[in-house]
Amino acid sequence: MTCAEIHLLLHAYADGELEVVRSLEIEQHLKGCPKCEAKLNSLKALHTALSESDLAYHAPASLRDKIRHLAPAAERKIERPPSDLQWFWKWIAAGATAVAILTILLRPAEFSQNAPDDALLNDVVSSHVRSLMPGHLTDVLSSDKHTVKPWFEGKLDFAPDVKDFAAQSFPLIGGRLDYVNSRTVAALVYQHNKHLINVFIWPTTSATGAASEMKSYHGYYVISFNTNGFHYTLVSDMDQTELKELAGLLGDQN
Amino acid sequence: MPHLDAAYNLARWLAGNHHDAEDIVQEACVRALRFGSTFRGGNSRSWLLAIVRNMAYTWLKKNRPQTLVPINDEELAEIEDPGATATSAFGSADAGFLRAALGELPAEFREAIVLRDIEGLSYKEIAEVANVPVGTIMSRLARARGQLQNYVARKGET
Repeated sequence: MTCAEIHLLLHAYADGELEVVRSLEIEQHLKGCPKCEAKLNSLKALHTALSESDLAYHAPASLRDKIRHLAPAAERKIERPPSDLQWFWKWIAAGATAVAILTILLRPAEFSQNAPDDALLNDVVSSHVRSLMPGHLTDVLSSDKHTVKPWFEGKLDFAPDVKDFAAQSFPLIGGRLDYVNSRTVAALVYQHNKHLINVFIWPTTSATGAASEMKSYHGYYVISFNTNGFHYTLVSDMDQTELKELAGLLGDQN
Repeated sequence: MPHLDAAYNLARWLAGNHHDAEDIVQEACVRALRFGSTFRGGNSRSWLLAIVRNMAYTWLKKNRPQTLVPINDEELAEIEDPGATATSAFGSADAGFLRAALGELPAEFREAIVLRDIEGLSYKEIAEVANVPVGTIMSRLARARGQLQNYVARKGET
């Protein structure tokens, strides 16, 4: 990574918000770059100054009192005939409960109307985002397919095909178990330049077919296809063309 | 009432004075109680802070429109290098000085610093409060800290 790239990520690094792979890359860079290290130190100094200077304002007692009086009678358990205000709150509470119950009751219908596709999109994109949080990316960290493939054995009821595409500039980073589409699936993690790609794999009875249309969801691109009895779904924030390229590599491998 | 301190702290930093901050938090709590059913589990602190933030911005728009200068989130964080002086300057930066520096930031930058560096929220929680993607929070924090460092460096010279 260049110094400019490091500077963009340095805040997330200092805040402990980067995933492992990136953190390691940054630590590597910092060892050999006093300029970036100085930048990190000045960030840390700023954070220390801000967090230790007692800049937080505390809620005054007058506010605490007011808020306490706002809370409905139910919380304070005062035993006297309910005042108008208390009735008001009771009705509000009853209304809120009714709304909550209706929402829950109506939900299944709403789900069956929205194609299962949406639920799946939501599933895979959430899994992708979660995987980018520190420490969640991989259970087995290895670019060696002979390490990653056996790792899945005994953890899944199927054996995903694991290939490394380092030569095509999509190196394999590792793998992990994930839960998508109401089942345990294999997730392979590939890297392309600075982007991470999650590939979710599970068995399917559908026939081998062409790749699905590229879908966009919350700023991520998602593409799916079936090949040789397996379903593949790829999720990434990288360019559509590049994601298609990886889908092509995965689809062609047999 | 949990999170009342956090709610008041955010409101106080956004409104800039004690009296209006109290009104904002009180109004936010009324709404939180009334719309309690919209809370779908998860993080109750982020949920309450998001309501406080909305109330505060509504208040700012009405009463201090001049302080709400639109910021361009698309712009990449271009941080002028404050140089080595900034690091040493923090040693002498007292709370009053930092308060003044923070007060000069645009509201969106100020709230990011308050929630992250003072309240200790995660990026994800701040994104929930401000209702923007995590990436935007990352970029706002970078720019906010750059401006704070420049402020310290500038005042350190005079």
